[in-house]
This record gives sequence, structure tokens and C-alpha cells, in this order.
Amino acid sequence: MKLAYWMYAGPAHIGTLRVASSFKNVHAIMHAPLGDDYFNVMRSMLERERDFTPVTASIVDRHVLARGSQEKVVENITRKDKEEHPDLIILTPTCTSSILQEDLQNFVDRAALESQSDVLLADVNHYRVNELQAADRTLEQVVRFYLEKAKKNNQLPTNKTEKPSVNILGIFTLGFHNNHDCRELKRLLNDLGIEVNEVIPEGGSIQNLKNLPKAWLNIVPYREVGLMTAVYLEKEFQMPYVDLTPMGLVETAAFIREIEKILKGLLSKRTAKRLELTNNSLINFEEYIDKQTRFVSQAAWFSRSIDCQNLTGKKTVVFGDATHSVLMTKILTREMGLRVACAGTYCKHDADWFREQVLGFCDEVLITDDHTQVADMIARLEPAAIFGTQMERHVGKRLDIPCGVISAPVHIQNFPLGYRPFLGYEGTNQIADLVYNSFTLGMEDHLLEIFGGHDNKEVITKSLSTDFSFHWSQDALLELGKIPGFVRGKVKRNTEKFARENGINQVTIDVMYAAKESAGA
Amino acid sequence: MSKNLTNFQNQFECETGNYHTFCPISCVAWLYQKIEDSFFLVIGTKTCGYFLQNALGVMIFAEPRYAMAELEEADISAQLNDYKELKRLCLQIQQDRNPSVIVWIGTCTTEIIKMDLEGMAPRLEAEIGIPIVVARANGLDYAFTQGEDTVLAAMANRCPSDSLDNKKEIQEDQKTPLVLFGSLPSTVANQLDLELKRQGINVSGWLPSQRYVELPNLGQDVYVCGVNPFLSRTAMTLMRRRRCKLIGAPFPIGPDGTRAWIEKICSVFNIIPDGLKEREIKIWQGLEDYLQIVRGKSVFFMGDNILEISLARFLIRCGMIVYEIGIPYMDKRFQAAELSLLEQTCFEMNVPIPKIVEKPDNYYQIQRIRELQPDLVITGMAHCNPLEARGINTKWSVEFTFAQIHGFINAREILELVTRPLRRNMNLKALGWTTLVEN
Repeated sequence: MKLAYWMYAGPAHIGTLRVASSFKNVHAIMHAPLGDDYFNVMRSMLERERDFTPVTASIVDRHVLARGSQEKVVENITRKDKEEHPDLIILTPTCTSSILQEDLQNFVDRAALESQSDVLLADVNHYRVNELQAADRTLEQVVRFYLEKAKKNNQLPTNKTEKPSVNILGIFTLGFHNNHDCRELKRLLNDLGIEVNEVIPEGGSIQNLKNLPKAWLNIVPYREVGLMTAVYLEKEFQMPYVDLTPMGLVETAAFIREIEKILKGLLSKRTAKRLELTNNSLINFEEYIDKQTRFVSQAAWFSRSIDCQNLTGKKTVVFGDATHSVLMTKILTREMGLRVACAGTYCKHDADWFREQVLGFCDEVLITDDHTQVADMIARLEPAAIFGTQMERHVGKRLDIPCGVISAPVHIQNFPLGYRPFLGYEGTNQIADLVYNSFTLGMEDHLLEIFGGHDNKEVITKSLSTDFSFHWSQDALLELGKIPGFVRGKVKRNTEKFARENGINQVTIDVMYAAKESAGA
Repeated sequence: MSKNLTNFQNQFECETGNYHTFCPISCVAWLYQKIEDSFFLVIGTKTCGYFLQNALGVMIFAEPRYAMAELEEADISAQLNDYKELKRLCLQIQQDRNPSVIVWIGTCTTEIIKMDLEGMAPRLEAEIGIPIVVARANGLDYAFTQGEDTVLAAMANRCPSDSLDNKKEIQEDQKTPLVLFGSLPSTVANQLDLELKRQGINVSGWLPSQRYVELPNLGQDVYVCGVNPFLSRTAMTLMRRRRCKLIGAPFPIGPDGTRAWIEKICSVFNIIPDGLKEREIKIWQGLEDYLQIVRGKSVFFMGDNILEISLARFLIRCGMIVYEIGIPYMDKRFQAAELSLLEQTCFEMNVPIPKIVEKPDNYYQIQRIRELQPDLVITGMAHCNPLEARGINTKWSVEFTFAQIHGFINAREILELVTRPLRRNMNLKALGWTTLVEN
């Protein structure tokens, strides 16, 4: 048992439902008790979805506990088949069905006989995988199912598309800025003369999955979802894939170069047939990268400008999913000259990759899904700004440190109506704004404080658990009030740290000075 | 009237129970705020935690006095000892927060693996010295607000008995003590206290009280009365286990309901209510601006929080036409007085009695909504945006649970909620964008 107030990644079934409801005309049926269909609320609220979320529950109640689901699941599947005529129905297990251990596969097999739609059982175990892992698996499972089916029916198109083309894997509902990123990716690829063959799962159709092998290569923009599918497609159809995330100028360039390399490799294999394409200057992307970097995107110029000079060496903390945390860390250190004191992720299952990626870009690494650990780390490091999830935003509020949100889990304000990609060249502009605005807000706040705009009430310790209390004498408090606002908090905490270490309960002016001395500042 | 009654009996239907509602563990959200010295420990899985975290949004970050005891695979397969695990967590809570009571919320998972919470609680309570109350608020058995019912029913057993000293004290105050049950924000509870005081009735306590250590005395001489329609288990416990006398009244929602509620209590105490009729009339007069908006409009309750009968009754009195009252669970005995007030209201307003659909099926309901095209659908958030996109006005039902809707003073608040979509959409109507989905 674990005492938990908050979690970063949701339960497995959420991942499955996100993939299922991203596809067009796919219906998910959860094997779950009443009230577990909260996913529908989230999708309807956060994404402001206009359509009914194609998720229903086959309710597990007392009767099911006593006698098993019996005909209920099969009836619910066939009923949904008749009502909505989906292409595919995915039966989704939950934590409840994981322990009931009913033979759901048997229900699926029986329902498949009676219904027009295809029926699948999502292969996820609540106690083994989280939301992101489940999404990755479910996407692979659906793709595999339809490609194998097409193969069996000899419906697999064998030819590649005329022009170079890609599939984009892993854009899906409730993903952090996914829709904007997808639009930006399409724009980028269009600029490069590359066609987009299929985007899955968001807006994708099950019927078109058999066309996946027609693309020349696959693109997996996010580490968390799509990689399993890409690996499967590589193994079965020898399709190369790019798993670099085009976030930030350097990585976007690397992403484009990787595509270039793969395309050139593919073309050299069939030189004779495609002379016109090899001659095509489009396959040399260097000029495009250079122009975009220096003149179209504002981020390179921003890094050079004196605005950004002021940010040099400022201490930050980055925390989020593996993709966004890694890329943000690289952008901050490499492209803006900030110092990342700690980079962290809650994707514990991908810890090795994460460590390897941020090596050399940050002072320390934190891999945890316990938000109090993250909060305590932030309190200890006292960064000038945080880049994290909604949780870190709230930690920041508590500690008076500005925070830019860069990763799920997120709130409704992270589903903006306006165009806010994080990927590609427009993404670099957005990120520059995000970083710069976080810091200026922080500065303004300090100025306000210096000029007495706010009351001076402060939390005494910055860690979430308080175990020690101090008494500040009147004169010490007065002295503290004289210290400029932007360092006051720090002085206070350093003094208390000193007092704690020396077993002093009463903080007087003498103690303050002693603390200052011991800090050597 | 008698003919009407037979019609009424035919108005109940029961569908498949395939509807959207909140999980009953959501009750911790308002109960931990109400009972200031409590700590709620929800013993469940990531699914429960994810629901709480998302449903309660901002509250999560305000250092709430609730947490998950998240069950892991080793707990499910009994490789870990439940008792030891719970003891470890409760000691941690005791150290960090030092609450006066820890409430264990049993979930679907603890039901399925048959974790004996009721058996473990007294042992652990004796060992660590904090009362532990067990409530099984799970989605296998209950819907949304019924969560509060299970907690209060468990708490009713913890209320002190009428000891001699206390009895004396109460006797000076009032001959027959009256305890109200149902969790309300303290301002609303005070307002209701005051309404009764005007009639010369002193409320001797509330279940729940502001603090666990102030739970009211219960016993044979105590009269109890509910303020919310979803408290049937609590009512049952109070009658059967604590031998209290239940006053079956309509619920104090809307000025009509509030008056009927007070009148019923007065009648039990042999008091002739004073100035109540005038007060109700005055409140109605004050609502006239809202009433003009709602009169003649139709409303459809999809049903998810058991407040539906009382709200429908009030809205019919306001001049609305109710097409359907969906409701998760209908306790005809506990709601008897409310049902007969509904019947009487329909009779007086000269409208047909609406169909009451227990355990509704949301899919069929949406077909009916498409057919009936009501002016307002009161429903959960899962359906609001899709219906709005199809040009149907909606009001999120959960807001009625969290808003202050009880008593004379708050009648305005109910109509504020009900008319908000109507007022907003009146403004938008001229723009001609009512339907925002492609056909």
C-alpha cells in the first residue's frame, strides 16, 4: 500500500480509452463499476469535445460479483454494434476486472461472432502498466490486428507512395498540445516536400490502417506513445522510423537530417527508377534548416538577444514526461544558456533512456512518480523558475517560484484554442515565449515586493512536511524586513537551516548574522 | 386525488442502469471540508485516485485532509498483510496531521478482495488511539451522493448516547431534542437552524457536526430529520440502531420545500407555524425576475445525484414542465413526503406527473431528448458539451450538489443555476450558431 495524494500518470485503462476514442468510429466498452466512466467527463471538458465520447461501461455491480458477467458483456457489445455500427469495439479491462479474472477474451470471441464490428480485448494489465504504456500497447495492438487481417485477406497494398511520405504515430486525444503539434509537423513536412500518409490514432480510420506500409518511413514525435507500433512496422514491413522529437532548434534540425538520411538511403536503393527524385534538390534539407533557424523562427535570434542574455546561468528545474522533460532540458541549457539544476521524469519505465539523454545537460536527475519528492527537490534547489506539469505549477505557487507548464498532466488551460505547438519551428517561438514570460513574471514579482506591494507573509519551511518550528524574535523579524524582497525568502530559510543544524529554536539577530557568516556570504 | 395517485404509481420506470455519474468516493471532497478534524483515507486503486484528482481539481493542491491508500499488486494477491499496511499508513497520517478521526472509504477493490475493513478498524483503533470509521462507498453498490449516506450511516453509530448528564442539559433547552442529518456548509446549516428557531424549535445537533468530537447525542427520545433526499441509509440507521424517531418531510429545497419541511417538523412538535406562509410568498415575489425566464419552459433530468425529485418539484412550482426525472436510486419510503408534495404540486400547477426513471440508460435518454427537444437538460459533464453542440441547453448537475440550495434564502441560487444556460443562450441566439456539429 502506498499513501498517495496525487499521481502523474493515470491508470492503464485511460491510455487504452485515449487511443480508442482518438480513432474515428471506434467504440470502447469498459468492464467497470458505476462511476469509472470519468474519462468521458475529462474528454468532454478538457478537450471541449463536441461529440459524445465513444466510451460506455458494461457495469460491474453486485450481481456481477455474485454470478459473473455472464451474458452482460456480450450483450453490451452486440447492443453497441447495432446502435452505433462502429468499425471496431475495444473491450477495456479496469482494475476491477483485473481482479475478477473473468475470461474476457471468451466474451470477445463470442461477441465477435454476432456483431458486424471487429471486437478486440485490450491487452493491458492494470497493475503492471500505466496510462502511457497502455496507450502505446493498445495502439500497437490495433495496428497489428488490422495489418494481419489485411495480410490474410491479401488486401495489403505492396507499393510505396509515389512521392516520399511518412506516417505520424502517437498523436492522440488528451495529449499535451498534440493537435497543434500535429498541424506544425504537417506544415514542416509539407515544406520539405514530404507527404503525410496516415496520422494515427487521432482522427485515423481503422479502414485506412492497411495503408500504413505505403509510407516510406514512420515518425514518432513522442517517446511515450507510438514507439511500439513503429518497432512492429519496422520488423514486419522493414519501415524505418525516426524517433527524434523535433522540439527546439537543434533537435528539429536533427530530426530533419535524420529524415533526409533515411530518404537518401531509400532512394539510393532504387536509383534507376527514381532519377527525377534524386535530382530533386528537395532532398537536401540543409538550406531549409538554415533559413528556418536563422530567419523564420525567432528563437535563434532570441537566444542571441540581450533579453535572453539576462537569463544566463539562471537556475531552473525541469520535470515532466520523458519526452518533454528531456527536450526542455536540452533547450534551456544548449539554446538559452540557463542552468538546469535538476531534470526529472515520472516515466519510471523509461528511466535509462532519460538518464542517457539528459547526461551533461543538468546537475542532477530525479526519477520518481511521488510528487512530494519533486516538491522537496524544488524547495531544496530554490530555482528561479520551474518547467513542469500542473503539479509543479502549484508547488511553484506555494513557494513563489514562477512555473511554465511543459507536460501532462494538465488542466483545461493547457488545451488552448489558439495555435500553440511545442514542436517544429513555430514551437521554438512558443517555447521561447514560455521561458521568457516565466522569468519576467518572476522579476516583476520581486520588484513589487521590493516596493512593498505585497504583504510579507511567508511559509516557514518550503518542504511539504513540517517537522520543526521556529520562533523569530521581534528584532530579528524587523531585520529580516530590511532585506530586499527577492533574497528575503532565501535568507530566512538559510537562517532557519543554520538554526536547525545547531539546535536553536529562537532566531535572534545574532543567529541571523551567525548564519550569514557560516554561509560565507 | 385518488385517481391521481394511481397514475402516480405508474410513473415509475426502471432502465438498464447504464448511466454516467460520479463515483461515491467523491463525497470525501465535501465531507473533509465539513468535518474539520477528520482525515479521509480512500483504500483503492489508481483508478479511484485518478478520479478524485481530476474531479476535485484545485482542491488537490490545497493540502487536503484526504489521501489514497493505493493498493498494489502485492496487496491484491495478499502477499502483504492488510492490517500491517493500514497501520503503517494510519500512523503516518496520525503523525503528519493528527486528526480526531480517520474515515476509511472502502472501494470496489476492497469489496472484491473482501478486505475486512470493519473487522480491522476496531483493532487498529484500540492500538493507535484514533477513532476509525469505516464507510463502504463503492461504485458496485452506490452512486455519487450516496457516498455521503454511507459515511453518515457509519458515523451515526459513533454518536454519543443520551447519557444522564446530557439529558438534563437538553431538558433545560427543549423537551424533545431534534437532530438534523445531512452535510451542509455551515452557513446553510445556520440558516436552517435560524428558520426553525423562529418557530421556537431549537436544533440540538447536526450529523455531521463541524468537528468529529462534537457529534450530537442520539437516543430514544431524539427526533431526527433529513435535509437531503439521498440519506436513506442514514435514516434507517438512526431509526433502527439508534432508536431515533424519524420525521419524514419533504426536503428544504426551494421555498415550497422549505416551508413544507418546517411545517412538518412543527406538526411533530405540536407548534402552529407562525408567518411561514407570508415568508414563502415574499420569497416567491423576490424570484419573479427569474420565474419569468423559466415559466413554460421544459426540462429533462438525466439523473445522477438523487436531488432530482426535489429539484423537479421546485421547478414545476416555478412553472416549468418536467419531461422526465431520471434518478439513480429511488427510496420511495424515505422520499415519501417529497413524492407526495411532487404529486400535489403537479395537481395544483395542472401539469401531468412526469415519468420517474430509476437507473436510467443514458443512450435511450439521449434518443428521447432528441425527440422531445427540451428547453433544458440537467445532466453530467460527459453529456453537456455534446448536447450544447447540438443546440440543446444544458446545466451541469454536479453544480447542484456543491452550490448552496437549501432553505428560503438559497432558492435564488437554484434559479440562478437553472436560468444561467437560458440567459447565456438567449444572448447567443441572435448570432444563429445554435448547432455546432456537422451532420
